[in-house]
Amino acid sequence: MSANRFNGFTDLGIGIGLRAPHYNHILTRKPVVDWFEIISENFMIGGGRALHILDQILEQYKVVQHGVSMYFGSAEKLNREHLRRLKELVQRTKTPWLSDHLCWGSVDGRYTHDLLPMPYTFEAARITSEKVREVQDFLEIPVAVENVSSYAEYHDSEMTEWEFLNEVVERADCGILLDVNNIYVSSQNHSFNPFDYVNSVPAHRVAQIHIAGHSKYRKYILDTHDHPVIDPVWKLYERAIQRAGHTATLLEWDDSIPSFQEVHGEALKANKFLRSTVLAEAV
Amino acid sequence: MKLMQLQRTMARAVMQPLTSSERMQRRAPDGGPMKRYASRFIKPNDRLTSFERLEIYNRQYWFRILAALSEDFPGLHAVLGERRFDAMAKAYLIANPSRSFTLRNLGARLESWLRKNPKWAGANQNLALEIVRLEWADIEAFDGKAEPALRPEDLLSAAGPRLKLTIQPYVRLLSFLYPVDDLLLEVRKEDDDTDFASNAFTEHRKRKRVRAVRKLKPAEIFLAVHRIDNSVYFRRLGLEEFSILTALRQGKTLGAAVESAFSKSKVAPEERPLKVQTWFQTWATLGWFCRPEKKRAAG
Repeated sequence: MSANRFNGFTDLGIGIGLRAPHYNHILTRKPVVDWFEIISENFMIGGGRALHILDQILEQYKVVQHGVSMYFGSAEKLNREHLRRLKELVQRTKTPWLSDHLCWGSVDGRYTHDLLPMPYTFEAARITSEKVREVQDFLEIPVAVENVSSYAEYHDSEMTEWEFLNEVVERADCGILLDVNNIYVSSQNHSFNPFDYVNSVPAHRVAQIHIAGHSKYRKYILDTHDHPVIDPVWKLYERAIQRAGHTATLLEWDDSIPSFQEVHGEALKANKFLRSTVLAEAV
Repeated sequence: MKLMQLQRTMARAVMQPLTSSERMQRRAPDGGPMKRYASRFIKPNDRLTSFERLEIYNRQYWFRILAALSEDFPGLHAVLGERRFDAMAKAYLIANPSRSFTLRNLGARLESWLRKNPKWAGANQNLALEIVRLEWADIEAFDGKAEPALRPEDLLSAAGPRLKLTIQPYVRLLSFLYPVDDLLLEVRKEDDDTDFASNAFTEHRKRKRVRAVRKLKPAEIFLAVHRIDNSVYFRRLGLEEFSILTALRQGKTLGAAVESAFSKSKVAPEERPLKVQTWFQTWATLGWFCRPEKKRAAG
Protein backbone atom coordinates (compact mmCIF):
# COMPACT_ATOMS: atom_id res chain seq x y z
CA MET A 1 0.00 0.00 0.00
CA SER A 2 2.85 2.41 0.78
CA ALA A 3 4.45 2.36 -2.67
CA ASN A 4 2.30 4.93 -4.41
CA ARG A 5 2.49 7.59 -7.10
CA PHE A 6 3.38 10.19 -4.46
CA ASN A 7 6.65 8.48 -3.54
CA GLY A 8 7.57 7.26 -7.01
CA PHE A 9 6.20 3.77 -6.27
CA THR A 10 9.05 3.05 -3.86
CA ASP A 11 9.00 1.22 -0.54
CA LEU A 12 12.19 2.41 1.08
CA GLY A 13 11.81 1.31 4.71
CA ILE A 14 13.43 3.20 7.61
CA GLY A 15 15.86 6.03 7.03
CA ILE A 16 17.65 8.73 8.98
CA GLY A 17 18.69 12.26 8.18
CA LEU A 18 22.18 12.57 6.69
CA ARG A 19 24.04 14.85 9.12
CA ALA A 20 27.66 16.06 9.10
CA PRO A 21 28.71 14.48 12.45
CA HIS A 22 27.95 11.05 10.95
CA TYR A 23 29.74 11.47 7.59
CA ASN A 24 32.92 9.77 8.70
CA HIS A 25 31.14 6.82 10.29
CA ILE A 26 28.96 6.27 7.22
CA LEU A 27 31.78 6.48 4.72
CA THR A 28 34.25 4.33 6.67
CA ARG A 29 31.93 1.75 8.28
CA LYS A 30 29.32 1.64 5.52
CA PRO A 31 26.46 0.72 7.87
CA VAL A 32 23.34 -0.92 6.48
CA VAL A 33 20.73 1.84 6.26
CA ASP A 34 17.62 1.69 4.07
CA TRP A 35 17.92 5.30 2.98
CA PHE A 36 19.06 8.79 3.92
CA GLU A 37 17.13 12.03 3.80
CA ILE A 38 19.15 15.14 2.92
CA ILE A 39 18.27 18.77 3.49
CA SER A 40 18.26 20.02 -0.10
CA GLU A 41 19.48 23.52 0.72
CA ASN A 42 22.71 22.16 2.24
CA PHE A 43 23.67 20.75 -1.14
CA MET A 44 22.40 23.49 -3.48
CA ILE A 45 25.93 24.84 -3.81
CA GLY A 46 28.60 25.07 -6.48
CA GLY A 47 31.01 22.44 -5.19
CA GLY A 48 33.22 21.42 -2.30
CA ARG A 49 33.05 18.92 0.52
CA ALA A 50 29.29 18.60 0.93
CA LEU A 51 28.74 17.62 -2.70
CA HIS A 52 31.78 15.34 -2.64
CA ILE A 53 30.34 13.50 0.39
CA LEU A 54 26.91 13.38 -1.22
CA ASP A 55 28.31 11.77 -4.36
CA GLN A 56 29.98 9.08 -2.25
CA ILE A 57 26.75 8.48 -0.34
CA LEU A 58 24.80 8.26 -3.60
CA GLU A 59 27.09 5.48 -4.81
CA GLN A 60 25.93 3.27 -1.96
CA TYR A 61 22.63 4.49 -0.57
CA LYS A 62 19.21 5.70 -1.63
CA VAL A 63 18.73 9.40 -0.93
CA VAL A 64 15.53 11.41 -0.67
CA GLN A 65 15.49 15.21 -0.71
CA HIS A 66 13.72 17.26 1.92
CA GLY A 67 13.60 21.06 1.71
CA VAL A 68 13.20 23.79 4.29
CA SER A 69 12.76 26.98 2.30
CA MET A 70 10.45 26.48 -0.66
CA TYR A 71 7.68 28.14 1.37
CA PHE A 72 4.73 26.83 -0.62
CA GLY A 73 2.47 28.98 1.55
CA SER A 74 4.20 32.34 1.03
CA ALA A 75 1.96 34.73 -0.86
CA GLU A 76 4.84 35.89 -3.06
CA LYS A 77 5.95 34.10 -6.22
CA LEU A 78 8.34 31.15 -6.15
CA ASN A 79 12.05 31.97 -6.27
CA ARG A 80 13.16 30.86 -9.76
CA GLU A 81 16.84 30.69 -8.81
CA HIS A 82 15.92 28.38 -5.93
CA LEU A 83 13.95 26.15 -8.29
CA ARG A 84 16.72 26.03 -10.87
CA ARG A 85 19.31 24.97 -8.31
CA LEU A 86 16.90 22.49 -6.78
CA LYS A 87 16.36 20.86 -10.15
CA GLU A 88 20.12 20.50 -10.62
CA LEU A 89 20.26 18.67 -7.30
CA VAL A 90 17.25 16.50 -8.17
CA GLN A 91 19.06 15.41 -11.31
CA ARG A 92 22.13 14.58 -9.25
CA THR A 93 20.39 12.61 -6.48
CA LYS A 94 17.62 11.06 -8.59
CA THR A 95 15.39 11.43 -5.56
CA PRO A 96 12.16 9.46 -6.13
CA TRP A 97 10.13 12.25 -4.54
CA LEU A 98 10.81 15.56 -2.88
CA SER A 99 9.25 17.11 0.19
CA ASP A 100 9.00 20.54 1.76
CA HIS A 101 6.80 22.15 4.38
CA LEU A 102 3.23 23.37 4.36
CA CYS A 103 4.16 26.76 5.71
CA TRP A 104 5.38 30.19 4.74
CA GLY A 105 8.61 31.97 5.67
CA SER A 106 9.38 34.74 3.21
CA VAL A 107 7.66 37.95 2.26
CA ASP A 108 8.72 40.71 -0.16
CA GLY A 109 11.94 38.79 -0.85
CA ARG A 110 12.99 38.69 2.81
CA TYR A 111 13.53 35.30 4.41
CA THR A 112 12.83 34.44 8.05
CA HIS A 113 14.42 30.97 7.75
CA ASP A 114 11.59 29.68 9.90
CA LEU A 115 8.57 27.45 9.21
CA LEU A 116 5.77 29.90 9.94
CA PRO A 117 2.22 28.57 10.32
CA MET A 118 -0.41 29.09 7.66
CA PRO A 119 -3.77 30.71 8.22
CA TYR A 120 -6.20 27.89 7.38
CA THR A 121 -8.21 29.80 4.80
CA PHE A 122 -9.51 28.90 1.34
CA GLU A 123 -7.47 31.73 -0.18
CA ALA A 124 -4.28 30.33 1.39
CA ALA A 125 -5.17 26.80 0.24
CA ARG A 126 -5.64 28.03 -3.33
CA ILE A 127 -2.36 29.99 -3.43
CA THR A 128 -0.41 27.18 -1.76
CA SER A 129 -1.75 24.41 -3.98
CA GLU A 130 -1.02 26.43 -7.13
CA LYS A 131 2.59 26.77 -6.02
CA VAL A 132 2.89 23.07 -5.21
CA ARG A 133 1.63 22.28 -8.72
CA GLU A 134 4.10 24.73 -10.23
CA VAL A 135 6.98 23.07 -8.36
CA GLN A 136 5.85 19.58 -9.38
CA ASP A 137 5.60 20.64 -13.01
CA PHE A 138 9.03 22.28 -12.98
CA LEU A 139 10.87 19.49 -11.16
CA GLU A 140 9.02 16.65 -12.88
CA ILE A 141 8.96 14.48 -9.76
CA PRO A 142 6.28 13.87 -7.09
CA VAL A 143 6.14 16.48 -4.33
CA ALA A 144 4.97 15.77 -0.78
CA VAL A 145 4.02 18.54 1.66
CA GLU A 146 4.83 18.19 5.34
CA ASN A 147 2.65 19.42 8.20
CA VAL A 148 4.67 21.68 10.56
CA SER A 149 4.73 22.15 14.32
CA SER A 150 3.14 25.42 15.27
CA TYR A 151 2.94 27.70 18.28
CA ALA A 152 0.32 30.17 17.07
CA GLU A 153 -3.10 30.15 15.40
CA TYR A 154 -4.79 32.92 13.46
CA HIS A 155 -8.20 34.52 13.90
CA ASP A 156 -8.61 34.30 10.14
CA SER A 157 -8.58 30.48 9.98
CA GLU A 158 -11.72 29.01 8.44
CA MET A 159 -10.97 25.32 9.05
CA THR A 160 -8.81 22.96 11.12
CA GLU A 161 -5.21 22.29 10.21
CA TRP A 162 -6.00 18.83 8.89
CA GLU A 163 -8.88 20.14 6.80
CA PHE A 164 -6.47 22.70 5.37
CA LEU A 165 -3.89 20.01 4.61
CA ASN A 166 -6.53 17.94 2.85
CA GLU A 167 -7.74 20.96 0.89
CA VAL A 168 -4.21 21.74 -0.32
CA VAL A 169 -3.21 18.20 -1.30
CA GLU A 170 -6.48 17.54 -3.12
CA ARG A 171 -6.22 20.80 -5.06
CA ALA A 172 -2.52 20.24 -5.84
CA ASP A 173 -2.89 16.49 -6.32
CA CYS A 174 0.29 15.96 -4.35
CA GLY A 175 1.56 13.66 -1.61
CA ILE A 176 1.84 14.12 2.13
CA LEU A 177 4.89 13.84 4.33
CA LEU A 178 3.06 13.12 7.55
CA ASP A 179 5.09 14.24 10.55
CA VAL A 180 3.49 12.57 13.54
CA ASN A 181 5.74 14.41 15.99
CA ASN A 182 4.59 17.72 14.52
CA ILE A 183 0.98 16.61 14.90
CA TYR A 184 1.66 15.77 18.54
CA VAL A 185 3.45 19.08 19.23
CA SER A 186 0.68 21.13 17.61
CA SER A 187 -2.05 19.12 19.35
CA GLN A 188 -0.50 19.98 22.72
CA ASN A 189 0.00 23.63 21.78
CA HIS A 190 -3.51 24.06 20.38
CA SER A 191 -5.47 21.52 22.46
CA PHE A 192 -6.85 19.16 19.83
CA ASN A 193 -6.94 15.38 19.68
CA PRO A 194 -3.98 14.29 17.53
CA PHE A 195 -5.80 11.11 16.49
CA ASP A 196 -8.50 13.26 14.85
CA TYR A 197 -5.71 14.64 12.67
CA VAL A 198 -4.15 11.26 11.81
CA ASN A 199 -7.55 9.71 11.15
CA SER A 200 -8.58 12.45 8.74
CA VAL A 201 -5.53 12.41 6.47
CA PRO A 202 -6.12 10.82 3.04
CA ALA A 203 -4.00 7.69 3.65
CA HIS A 204 -3.48 6.97 -0.03
CA ARG A 205 -1.55 10.25 -0.38
CA VAL A 206 0.97 9.55 2.39
CA ALA A 207 4.35 9.31 0.70
CA GLN A 208 6.50 9.34 3.81
CA ILE A 209 6.31 9.66 7.61
CA HIS A 210 8.57 11.70 9.91
CA ILE A 211 9.20 10.83 13.54
CA ALA A 212 11.25 12.96 15.96
CA GLY A 213 11.70 14.14 19.52
CA HIS A 214 10.82 17.53 20.96
CA SER A 215 11.29 19.73 24.05
CA LYS A 216 8.59 20.42 26.61
CA TYR A 217 8.38 23.83 28.25
CA ARG A 218 5.99 24.98 30.94
CA LYS A 219 3.36 26.42 28.61
CA TYR A 220 4.16 24.93 25.23
CA ILE A 221 6.15 22.29 23.35
CA LEU A 222 8.91 23.18 20.91
CA ASP A 223 9.84 21.01 17.94
CA THR A 224 13.58 20.72 18.58
CA HIS A 225 14.56 17.33 17.05
CA ASP A 226 17.01 16.76 19.89
CA HIS A 227 15.48 13.89 21.86
CA PRO A 228 14.29 10.32 21.32
CA VAL A 229 10.72 9.78 20.14
CA ILE A 230 8.24 9.69 23.05
CA ASP A 231 5.56 7.01 23.49
CA PRO A 232 2.54 9.18 22.55
CA VAL A 233 4.27 9.95 19.23
CA TRP A 234 4.94 6.24 18.63
CA LYS A 235 1.22 5.63 19.21
CA LEU A 236 0.37 8.22 16.55
CA TYR A 237 2.91 6.57 14.27
CA GLU A 238 1.29 3.19 14.86
CA ARG A 239 -2.10 4.62 13.92
CA ALA A 240 -0.67 6.37 10.87
CA ILE A 241 0.82 3.20 9.43
CA GLN A 242 -2.30 1.21 10.28
CA ARG A 243 -4.01 3.57 7.87
CA ALA A 244 -1.26 4.20 5.31
CA GLY A 245 0.51 0.85 5.37
CA HIS A 246 4.23 0.09 5.29
CA THR A 247 5.40 3.65 4.65
CA ALA A 248 8.90 5.09 4.21
CA THR A 249 9.78 6.37 7.67
CA LEU A 250 12.43 8.87 8.65
CA LEU A 251 13.77 9.86 12.06
CA GLU A 252 14.84 13.50 12.33
CA TRP A 253 17.59 14.34 14.84
CA ASP A 254 19.10 17.76 14.18
CA ASP A 255 20.42 19.12 17.45
CA SER A 256 22.61 17.60 20.18
CA ILE A 257 23.15 14.81 17.66
CA PRO A 258 24.28 11.57 19.33
CA SER A 259 26.29 8.77 17.73
CA PHE A 260 25.21 7.25 14.44
CA GLN A 261 24.32 3.99 16.21
CA GLU A 262 22.07 5.78 18.69
CA VAL A 263 20.21 7.71 16.00
CA HIS A 264 19.84 4.67 13.76
CA GLY A 265 18.80 2.50 16.72
CA GLU A 266 16.07 4.98 17.61
CA ALA A 267 14.82 4.98 14.02
CA LEU A 268 14.77 1.20 13.85
CA LYS A 269 12.25 1.10 16.71
CA ALA A 270 9.74 1.85 13.96
CA ASN A 271 10.26 -1.72 12.75
CA LYS A 272 8.10 -3.00 15.59
CA PHE A 273 5.12 -1.19 14.09
CA LEU A 274 6.01 -1.68 10.44
CA ARG A 275 6.22 -5.47 10.86
CA SER A 276 2.66 -5.56 12.11
CA THR A 277 1.48 -3.82 8.93
CA VAL A 278 3.27 -6.43 6.83
CA LEU A 279 1.44 -9.17 8.74
CA ALA A 280 -1.88 -7.35 8.48
CA GLU A 281 -1.44 -6.89 4.73
CA ALA A 282 -0.49 -10.56 4.32
CA VAL A 283 -3.56 -11.87 6.17
CA MET B 1 -7.05 39.78 6.20
CA LYS B 2 -5.63 38.81 2.81
CA LEU B 3 -2.77 36.30 2.89
CA MET B 4 -0.11 38.78 1.74
CA GLN B 5 -1.23 41.38 4.27
CA LEU B 6 -1.26 38.83 7.07
CA GLN B 7 2.22 37.62 6.20
CA ARG B 8 3.60 41.16 6.00
CA THR B 9 2.03 41.97 9.35
CA MET B 10 3.47 38.90 11.01
CA ALA B 11 6.90 39.19 9.36
CA ARG B 12 7.26 42.78 10.56
CA ALA B 13 6.74 41.62 14.13
CA VAL B 14 8.87 38.49 13.82
CA MET B 15 11.79 40.42 12.33
CA GLN B 16 11.58 43.30 14.81
CA PRO B 17 14.65 43.30 17.11
CA LEU B 18 14.37 41.82 20.60
CA THR B 19 14.85 43.85 23.77
CA SER B 20 18.18 43.74 25.63
CA SER B 21 16.76 40.92 27.76
CA GLU B 22 15.94 38.98 24.57
CA ARG B 23 12.18 39.40 24.80
CA MET B 24 9.72 40.78 22.25
CA GLN B 25 9.39 44.55 22.27
CA ARG B 26 6.34 46.09 23.92
CA ARG B 27 6.03 48.51 21.02
CA ALA B 28 4.82 47.15 17.68
CA PRO B 29 6.24 48.04 14.24
CA ASP B 30 3.26 50.40 13.72
CA GLY B 31 4.16 52.34 16.88
CA GLY B 32 1.23 51.06 18.93
CA PRO B 33 1.33 48.49 21.72
CA MET B 34 2.54 45.07 20.59
CA LYS B 35 -0.19 43.40 22.68
CA ARG B 36 -2.83 45.03 20.51
CA TYR B 37 -0.87 44.39 17.30
CA ALA B 38 -0.50 40.66 18.08
CA SER B 39 -4.10 40.22 19.16
CA ARG B 40 -5.32 41.56 15.80
CA PHE B 41 -4.22 38.37 14.03
CA ILE B 42 -3.00 35.79 16.60
CA LYS B 43 -5.45 33.87 18.75
CA PRO B 44 -4.63 33.47 22.43
CA ASN B 45 -5.12 30.09 24.13
CA ASP B 46 -5.66 29.00 27.71
CA ARG B 47 -1.91 29.22 28.47
CA LEU B 48 -0.48 31.91 26.22
CA THR B 49 -1.58 35.37 25.14
CA SER B 50 -1.39 36.46 21.51
CA PHE B 51 1.73 38.43 22.46
CA GLU B 52 3.41 35.38 23.99
CA ARG B 53 2.62 33.16 21.01
CA LEU B 54 4.03 35.70 18.57
CA GLU B 55 7.05 36.17 20.80
CA ILE B 56 8.06 32.50 20.33
CA TYR B 57 8.58 33.19 16.60
CA ASN B 58 10.21 36.57 17.20
CA ARG B 59 12.81 35.02 19.53
CA GLN B 60 13.42 31.99 17.30
CA TYR B 61 14.08 34.27 14.34
CA TRP B 62 16.74 36.30 16.12
CA PHE B 63 18.37 33.36 17.88
CA ARG B 64 18.67 31.52 14.57
CA ILE B 65 20.14 34.31 12.42
CA LEU B 66 22.47 35.63 15.12
CA ALA B 67 23.83 32.13 15.72
CA ALA B 68 24.33 31.61 11.98
CA LEU B 69 26.25 34.89 11.57
CA SER B 70 28.38 34.22 14.64
CA GLU B 71 29.25 30.74 13.38
CA ASP B 72 30.34 32.12 10.00
CA PHE B 73 32.52 34.94 11.39
CA PRO B 74 34.49 33.69 14.42
CA GLY B 75 37.43 35.90 13.41
CA LEU B 76 35.34 39.07 13.38
CA HIS B 77 33.86 37.94 16.68
CA ALA B 78 37.38 37.75 18.15
CA VAL B 79 38.38 41.14 16.72
CA LEU B 80 35.30 42.97 18.00
CA GLY B 81 34.76 41.03 21.22
CA GLU B 82 31.50 39.46 22.34
CA ARG B 83 29.50 42.55 23.24
CA ARG B 84 30.47 44.66 20.23
CA PHE B 85 30.03 41.71 17.84
CA ASP B 86 26.50 41.09 19.14
CA ALA B 87 25.54 44.75 18.74
CA MET B 88 27.10 44.89 15.27
CA ALA B 89 25.38 41.66 14.19
CA LYS B 90 21.96 42.93 15.26
CA ALA B 91 22.47 46.24 13.47
CA TYR B 92 23.68 44.46 10.32
CA LEU B 93 20.77 42.03 10.26
CA ILE B 94 18.23 44.80 10.81
CA ALA B 95 19.67 46.66 7.83
CA ASN B 96 20.25 43.50 5.78
CA PRO B 97 17.58 40.87 6.40
CA SER B 98 18.25 37.63 4.55
CA ARG B 99 17.32 37.76 0.88
CA SER B 100 18.46 34.25 0.08
CA PHE B 101 16.83 30.88 0.58
CA THR B 102 19.98 29.75 2.37
CA LEU B 103 21.55 31.05 5.58
CA ARG B 104 24.91 30.48 3.89
CA ASN B 105 24.55 33.89 2.23
CA LEU B 106 23.67 35.80 5.40
CA GLY B 107 27.06 37.51 5.60
CA ALA B 108 27.38 38.36 1.91
CA ARG B 109 26.93 42.09 2.49
CA LEU B 110 28.73 42.32 5.81
CA GLU B 111 31.97 43.81 4.51
CA SER B 112 30.30 46.53 2.45
CA TRP B 113 27.88 47.34 5.26
CA LEU B 114 30.66 47.53 7.84
CA ARG B 115 32.65 49.79 5.52
CA LYS B 116 29.69 52.19 5.34
CA ASN B 117 28.95 51.90 9.05
CA PRO B 118 32.39 52.01 10.71
CA LYS B 119 31.07 52.89 14.15
CA TRP B 120 30.08 49.24 14.68
CA ALA B 121 33.69 48.13 14.34
CA GLY B 122 34.98 50.59 16.95
CA ALA B 123 38.72 51.11 17.23
CA ASN B 124 39.49 47.96 15.26
CA GLN B 125 37.84 49.05 12.04
CA ASN B 126 40.69 48.24 9.63
CA LEU B 127 41.34 44.86 11.15
CA ALA B 128 37.61 44.10 11.27
CA LEU B 129 37.20 44.89 7.58
CA GLU B 130 40.17 42.75 6.68
CA ILE B 131 39.08 39.71 8.63
CA VAL B 132 35.48 39.87 7.46
CA ARG B 133 36.75 39.89 3.88
CA LEU B 134 38.89 36.85 4.56
CA GLU B 135 36.05 34.98 6.28
CA TRP B 136 33.66 35.63 3.42
CA ALA B 137 36.32 34.45 0.94
CA ASP B 138 36.70 31.33 3.06
CA ILE B 139 32.94 30.62 2.74
CA GLU B 140 33.08 31.13 -1.01
CA ALA B 141 36.18 28.98 -1.41
CA PHE B 142 34.65 26.21 0.69
CA ASP B 143 31.65 25.53 -1.51
CA GLY B 144 32.30 27.53 -4.67
CA LYS B 145 32.03 25.92 -8.06
CA ALA B 146 34.98 23.92 -9.42
CA GLU B 147 35.34 23.52 -13.18
CA PRO B 148 37.33 20.59 -14.62
CA ALA B 149 41.01 21.41 -14.08
CA LEU B 150 43.45 22.18 -16.85
CA ARG B 151 45.63 19.23 -17.98
CA PRO B 152 49.04 19.50 -19.66
CA GLU B 153 47.62 18.16 -22.93
CA ASP B 154 45.09 21.00 -23.01
CA LEU B 155 47.98 23.38 -23.66
CA LEU B 156 49.65 21.48 -26.50
CA SER B 157 48.16 23.54 -29.29
CA ALA B 158 47.35 26.66 -27.33
CA ALA B 159 50.44 27.63 -25.32
CA GLY B 160 51.95 31.03 -25.99
CA PRO B 161 51.72 34.64 -24.88
CA ARG B 162 48.20 35.07 -26.32
CA LEU B 163 46.84 32.21 -24.25
CA LYS B 164 44.01 33.11 -21.89
CA LEU B 165 43.69 31.01 -18.75
CA THR B 166 40.63 31.00 -16.53
CA ILE B 167 41.06 30.69 -12.79
CA GLN B 168 38.74 28.38 -10.85
CA PRO B 169 35.68 30.21 -9.51
CA TYR B 170 36.36 28.97 -5.97
CA VAL B 171 39.87 30.53 -5.83
CA ARG B 172 39.70 33.98 -4.19
CA LEU B 173 42.58 36.44 -4.60
CA LEU B 174 42.90 39.07 -1.89
CA SER B 175 45.37 41.57 -0.49
CA PHE B 176 45.52 42.60 3.17
CA LEU B 177 47.39 45.06 5.36
CA TYR B 178 47.58 42.75 8.36
CA PRO B 179 48.43 39.03 8.66
CA VAL B 180 44.75 38.14 9.10
CA ASP B 181 45.33 34.63 7.77
CA ASP B 182 47.50 33.79 10.79
CA LEU B 183 45.04 35.49 13.11
CA LEU B 184 42.05 33.56 11.79
CA LEU B 185 43.88 30.25 12.01
CA GLU B 186 44.77 30.98 15.62
CA VAL B 187 41.21 31.96 16.50
CA ARG B 188 39.93 28.72 15.02
CA LYS B 189 42.53 26.72 16.88
CA GLU B 190 41.47 28.40 20.12
CA ASP B 191 37.84 27.56 19.34
CA ASP B 192 38.77 23.93 18.65
CA ASP B 193 40.66 23.77 21.93
CA THR B 194 37.78 25.25 23.96
CA ASP B 195 36.84 21.77 25.11
CA PHE B 196 40.13 21.63 26.97
CA ALA B 197 40.19 25.15 28.34
CA SER B 198 37.70 27.44 29.96
CA ASN B 199 35.81 29.84 27.71
CA ALA B 200 37.08 32.82 29.67
CA PHE B 201 40.69 31.73 29.23
CA THR B 202 40.20 31.16 25.50
CA GLU B 203 38.56 34.58 25.07
CA HIS B 204 41.42 36.21 26.95
CA ARG B 205 44.00 34.59 24.66
CA LYS B 206 42.07 35.61 21.55
CA ARG B 207 41.80 39.24 22.71
CA LYS B 208 45.51 39.27 23.46
CA ARG B 209 46.30 38.00 19.97
CA VAL B 210 43.99 40.56 18.35
CA ARG B 211 45.71 43.38 20.27
CA ALA B 212 49.10 42.12 19.14
CA VAL B 213 48.05 42.03 15.48
CA ARG B 214 46.48 45.47 15.71
CA LYS B 215 49.75 46.90 16.96
CA LEU B 216 51.64 45.59 13.91
CA LYS B 217 52.74 48.11 11.32
CA PRO B 218 50.50 47.64 8.25
CA ALA B 219 52.40 45.66 5.58
CA GLU B 220 50.67 44.37 2.50
CA ILE B 221 50.25 40.62 2.13
CA PHE B 222 48.75 38.77 -0.81
CA LEU B 223 46.65 35.66 -0.43
CA ALA B 224 44.95 32.99 -2.48
CA VAL B 225 42.08 31.40 -0.58
CA HIS B 226 41.59 28.02 -2.24
CA ARG B 227 40.80 24.44 -1.47
CA ILE B 228 42.56 21.10 -1.72
CA ASP B 229 40.66 17.86 -1.15
CA ASN B 230 37.66 19.93 -0.03
CA SER B 231 39.52 21.75 2.74
CA VAL B 232 40.16 25.49 2.50
CA TYR B 233 43.73 26.78 2.67
CA PHE B 234 45.28 30.24 2.71
CA ARG B 235 48.33 30.48 0.44
CA ARG B 236 50.59 33.51 0.69
CA LEU B 237 51.66 34.91 -2.68
CA GLY B 238 54.39 37.29 -3.78
CA LEU B 239 53.35 40.59 -5.36
CA GLU B 240 54.20 39.41 -8.88
CA GLU B 241 52.34 36.11 -8.44
CA PHE B 242 49.30 37.96 -7.17
CA SER B 243 49.46 40.43 -10.05
CA ILE B 244 49.63 37.69 -12.68
CA LEU B 245 46.72 35.77 -11.21
CA THR B 246 44.62 38.91 -10.80
CA ALA B 247 45.30 39.93 -14.39
CA LEU B 248 44.36 36.44 -15.65
CA ARG B 249 41.14 36.61 -13.68
CA GLN B 250 40.42 39.96 -15.34
CA GLY B 251 40.68 38.22 -18.72
CA LYS B 252 44.14 39.38 -19.78
CA THR B 253 46.31 37.14 -21.94
CA LEU B 254 49.18 35.24 -20.39
CA GLY B 255 51.71 37.57 -22.02
CA ALA B 256 49.97 40.74 -20.87
CA ALA B 257 49.52 39.37 -17.34
CA VAL B 258 53.23 38.53 -16.98
CA GLU B 259 54.34 41.79 -18.53
CA SER B 260 52.21 43.94 -16.25
CA ALA B 261 53.21 41.94 -13.17
CA PHE B 262 56.89 42.68 -13.71
CA SER B 263 56.53 46.29 -14.89
CA LYS B 264 57.66 47.69 -11.52
CA SER B 265 59.17 44.52 -10.12
CA LYS B 266 62.46 44.32 -8.27
CA VAL B 267 62.98 40.76 -9.48
CA ALA B 268 66.01 40.67 -11.76
CA PRO B 269 65.05 40.13 -15.43
CA GLU B 270 67.19 37.01 -15.76
CA GLU B 271 65.38 35.36 -12.81
CA ARG B 272 61.90 36.00 -14.12
CA PRO B 273 61.43 33.14 -16.62
CA LEU B 274 62.31 30.48 -14.08
CA LYS B 275 60.08 32.06 -11.43
CA VAL B 276 57.13 32.31 -13.79
CA GLN B 277 57.60 28.70 -14.87
CA THR B 278 57.71 27.50 -11.24
CA TRP B 279 54.62 29.51 -10.29
CA PHE B 280 52.58 28.18 -13.17
CA GLN B 281 53.63 24.65 -12.38
CA THR B 282 52.49 25.11 -8.78
CA TRP B 283 49.19 26.72 -9.71
CA ALA B 284 48.46 24.03 -12.28
CA THR B 285 49.29 21.30 -9.75
CA LEU B 286 46.89 22.93 -7.30
CA GLY B 287 44.21 22.78 -10.00
CA TRP B 288 43.68 26.54 -10.07
CA PHE B 289 43.20 26.75 -13.86
CA CYS B 290 40.03 25.65 -15.61
CA ARG B 291 40.13 23.43 -18.65
CA PRO B 292 39.14 25.47 -21.74
CA GLU B 293 35.47 24.97 -22.59
CA LYS B 294 36.21 23.40 -25.99
CA LYS B 295 38.46 20.82 -24.34
CA ARG B 296 35.80 20.14 -21.70
CA ALA B 297 33.25 19.34 -24.35
CA ALA B 298 35.74 16.99 -26.03
CA GLY B 299 36.52 15.34 -22.66
